[in-house]
Amino acid sequence: MLTKLARRMVLAAGAAAALCGPVLAGEITGAGSTFVYPVLSKWSADYSAKFGDRVNYQSIGSGGGIAQIRAGTVAFGATDKPLSPAELDQAGLAQFPVVIGAIVPVVNIAGVRPGQIRFTGPVLAAIYLGVIKNWQDPILRKLNPGLRLPDAPITVVHRSDGSGTTYNWAYYLGQVSAVWKKDVGAGTSIKWPVGVGGKGNEGVAAYVNQIPNSIGYVEYAYVIQNHMKWGSVFNSAGRFIAPTAAGFQAAAATADWAHSKDFDLVMTNAPGPAAYPITATTFVLMYKQPKDPALSQAALKFFRWSLEHGQPDAAALDYVWLPPVLVKQIERYWATQIK
Amino acid sequence: MSVASEAFGGPAHPGRSKDALSSERTHLLGDRLFQGLTGAMAGLVFLVLSGAALAMLLGGMLAFRTFGARFIYSADWDAVNHRFGALVPIYGTIVSSAIAILIALPISFGIAIFLTELAPRWLRGPVGAAVELLAAVPSIIYGMWGLFVFVPFVASNIEPWMSAHLGVLPVIGPLFQGPPIGIGMMTAGIILGIMVIPFITAVMGDVFGAVPRELKESAVALGATTWEVVARVSLPYTRSAVVGAVFLGLGRALGETMAVTFVLGNAHDFSLSLFMPGNSIAAAIANEFTEADSPIYVSSLIALGFLLFVVTFLVLALAKLMLLRLGGAERRGA
Repeated sequence: MLTKLARRMVLAAGAAAALCGPVLAGEITGAGSTFVYPVLSKWSADYSAKFGDRVNYQSIGSGGGIAQIRAGTVAFGATDKPLSPAELDQAGLAQFPVVIGAIVPVVNIAGVRPGQIRFTGPVLAAIYLGVIKNWQDPILRKLNPGLRLPDAPITVVHRSDGSGTTYNWAYYLGQVSAVWKKDVGAGTSIKWPVGVGGKGNEGVAAYVNQIPNSIGYVEYAYVIQNHMKWGSVFNSAGRFIAPTAAGFQAAAATADWAHSKDFDLVMTNAPGPAAYPITATTFVLMYKQPKDPALSQAALKFFRWSLEHGQPDAAALDYVWLPPVLVKQIERYWATQIK
Repeated sequence: MSVASEAFGGPAHPGRSKDALSSERTHLLGDRLFQGLTGAMAGLVFLVLSGAALAMLLGGMLAFRTFGARFIYSADWDAVNHRFGALVPIYGTIVSSAIAILIALPISFGIAIFLTELAPRWLRGPVGAAVELLAAVPSIIYGMWGLFVFVPFVASNIEPWMSAHLGVLPVIGPLFQGPPIGIGMMTAGIILGIMVIPFITAVMGDVFGAVPRELKESAVALGATTWEVVARVSLPYTRSAVVGAVFLGLGRALGETMAVTFVLGNAHDFSLSLFMPGNSIAAAIANEFTEADSPIYVSSLIALGFLLFVVTFLVLALAKLMLLRLGGAERRGA
């Protein structure tokens, strides 16, 4: 009886091993930013329907993505915060953008409708520093002459978890406010001077919706899906720009990608006249000399297809098209950097 | 062999058949095996516990070495400049759990007394089942209910009232001052209290039901009211178990993550006021672990976990001490 059982177990193990083989071969693994997850899963679904290779992406956060690609456990990592050329050289990594999004200030004030309230960069920094504490502050009243703002303390909402969105928001505030740059700085997790923290973009959106007279910052997709009351922001060219696809495209077009090494550029406060000032990029990290060249080439094929054919999908999910000039620059970068 | 036979009852019988002797041997072997197996399981628990504590201590060593004792009393949590201090999470954990027990204890006591002494028999089943269902609700549901239903209610009804009536009192005033945003220590404490009620109620209900009827009936025969029976007979009899139940609930409240992170506000700000947001150890680790991008940051979070371990252990040790003293008092006939 024992030998019969042993024989059966060996057969079963052999069958399982045989089945395992082909299933794992065509799978491209990635990990990182939660911001890019919706569009990556859409691209992955369409790509595998056409070409068969599947992309397995774990949205564990930008920090997790960087850690996993450094450890070599995934084929690519995704991060909202670019690594410097020095860090990339040291780790042997290449970096390129795949998707652009925007960060929008949202408010919850009775009687204020989407698009009515206006902010400038320094004013946003002052609110988040706790310097401007009340909605009826004279600076806010001067910016919004036609708007009836309540005499109520401002409840600031920020992120409780580490996030690339926070990094780009804090970087922008540091660009427009010297006090912010000195006292707080930029990072995925920073020492917020005031406010409550929500977990994820969803958490910030939920808090802003629940707490009257609050202000928060969320990715553009969340503003659309949750019908939030967004505000427009004063850009560096001197105009109030609403967060729309046109404004984000203008920012992507005027950001100085051509002169950035390894695309190490945080594109907030882009200089164009119609550019929306708070835009963010998600970057993909891959090894220049990968241990598994075939897998790396498969991943590059996937990204080539996504950048060339996947832009309508991205736009449908409220992301921003990469300008064609930038796509060409990225493809030239692949040819020279990734073996 | 004769010892074994005597252990199974009766003197040694040299004339026993071979079958009986070998079955005794297998019984003894089976017993020893069973003992060994269960001993190994108990040992495994101890191994896992000490392994986890050791792993966290080692992981947090960098933080402890860099910051020293300052880690425990500094409120500075700055990831950009690599300065970390655990005061706010520790304070938040302890205060929210204390509020939870303060709220849950009288309510659980009331439910347990109602179920065992006062309720008509047909009501005990449904109420008992409802309390058990409360324990089965996932904690994230409590968090969502807290954020979407309870927080607006607290912000518009409870906090303004408290702020106006209690915020002006001399000593406890600062506890109840601040903008009524609803999210904060008090809301988190209330929700934790609701989560902890089923646990304390279950244990209390069981032990109150186990008080010997003769004791209660003798008290009634001497003229005691229902309340006096509870206060003078049931409670003293079950004192140790009640203390154990409270610490069981406290242990749950200390480690609760998801419900707390929804309604506590996740702000690394130290504030006396119960209306202001704070942070707890479990919520801080859950929020920040995946994006902790520097070794000192990761080490600080692991050190936080170790501190939670220490706090829970201290609470348990306190419970054991109290039980020992109560047990000693009972034995001395107090």
